[in-house]
Amino acid sequence: MIAHEKIEKNIGLMIALIIFTVSIGGLVQIVPLFFMHSTTEPVQGLKPYSGLELAGRDVYVREGCYLCHSQMIRPFRAETERYGHYSLAGEFVYDRPFQWGSKRTGPDLQRVGGRYSDDWHRAHLTNPRDVVPESIMPGYPWLADAKVDPQLVVRKMTVLKDAFGHPYTDEDFAAAKTGLEGKTEMDALIAYLQSLGTAVKTRR
Amino acid sequence: MPDLSGFDFTSEFWKWFITVPSVIGVLWCGYFAWRYSGRSAGQKVETMGHVWDGDLEEYNNPLPRWWLNMFYLTVAWGAVFLVFYPGLPVFEGLKKWTQYRQYDAEIAAADARYGPIFQKFAGQDIPALAANPEAITVGKRLFATYCIQCHGADARGARGYPNLADGDWLWGGAPDQIQETILNGRQGVMPPWGELLGKEKVNEVAEYVLGLSGRPVDAAVAARGKEVFTQNCVACHGPDGKGNPALGAANLTDDVWLYGGSQERVRETIAGGRQGRMPAHKEFLGEAKVHLLAAYVYSLTHQGGAQTASP
Repeated sequence: MIAHEKIEKNIGLMIALIIFTVSIGGLVQIVPLFFMHSTTEPVQGLKPYSGLELAGRDVYVREGCYLCHSQMIRPFRAETERYGHYSLAGEFVYDRPFQWGSKRTGPDLQRVGGRYSDDWHRAHLTNPRDVVPESIMPGYPWLADAKVDPQLVVRKMTVLKDAFGHPYTDEDFAAAKTGLEGKTEMDALIAYLQSLGTAVKTRR
Repeated sequence: MPDLSGFDFTSEFWKWFITVPSVIGVLWCGYFAWRYSGRSAGQKVETMGHVWDGDLEEYNNPLPRWWLNMFYLTVAWGAVFLVFYPGLPVFEGLKKWTQYRQYDAEIAAADARYGPIFQKFAGQDIPALAANPEAITVGKRLFATYCIQCHGADARGARGYPNLADGDWLWGGAPDQIQETILNGRQGVMPPWGELLGKEKVNEVAEYVLGLSGRPVDAAVAARGKEVFTQNCVACHGPDGKGNPALGAANLTDDVWLYGGSQERVRETIAGGRQGRMPAHKEFLGEAKVHLLAAYVYSLTHQGGAQTASP
């Protein structure tokens, strides 16, 4: 029992050995995911968020939409019948961080893009009861009054391009600058919602 | 469709990076428990070698047998799991299980069960289905799942979302027109006239339009509005204001108002335009379900396949 005594009486060595042992699980389960095609490459047709969508995504995060809405359709028939094709890892490569969420008080939103008209979203975000009488979602009417700051969005896009390699072109930046002029957070959030999950068109 | 095996690594190295520690881990657990838990009969139990408080010592007793056996069971379970399920990237497991294969099997089972039902309905035309209670039951459930968020549980719509039960159709109420609307969606294109016409002319033409539906209006204002209407609106709404289903141009003579029929709302519609959009459902629902939905919607105004509400 010499080894036993040596480890127990040498706390530095014990800490090092504990860290080594515990880290094996993480190294084996997590690190290889960074080196897989399906988790690191965008699915066909996926584009990085436009300026307006990116601004809307930040509104989504700020208002805590992820607390009640997931963005993760699991491969079960009960989910794909209602929400559409199950989620693919490659659909989230431009999400930093992804908005998978972990609880569905409201429905999943991963493929909500194109399901409703912009007008519907506007009415629904202002007062959800106007279109879904039994809804318990809070209204977000102030989004219609808050303006998006184009400069800030362009700076965010620059960071995403320079630090994370999102393939934004010069046209994307130009479009963001002009496209964001006078837009409200409501416009931005709707643009983001309408973009969600649209890269995968088929149901199955 | 990307590779969904879960093992599409950029290099073979990562497969062994997972496999080697996993196998060693399972074997090591079993070996370690076996090596350090041995107890032979009559052997004297030694202490751990440390003493507290002068006489407090700790015996190095072997692990209880029941506990050890459970530990061996978990090790065996780990090994069996790796044989049957895809735990090691270099071996997909005897069951060849993946979550996507399980999903495909679930879908195949559902298709085998429900496919023939949809198949049977897909071969019948919509008026026939509208008279078929079984088809309408299915269609109504589909409607309740996918359509009521906008059109309402009673299909009577709301402001901005057409009433489907009143026999009044923006894009045409023939069976194939309804089906086309659901399959590919519709995009309304009423342009905003506020800037072009100015407030006064907008008010005049609103007065004229309200008059078309038999509402009491100021005849002099409406007469001036008629001139504006003839110059700007007839291309879509027609000279008599009866609309054009090919363009989704509303019939203005029937006193049905998608965006509200008050003087204020009509002015708002003319000045600001309307871009109502029906989303396409072809990819999401598939043609078989859309066929039944179209039959249900058609049945709302054609009970038993015969027309019940006049346009």
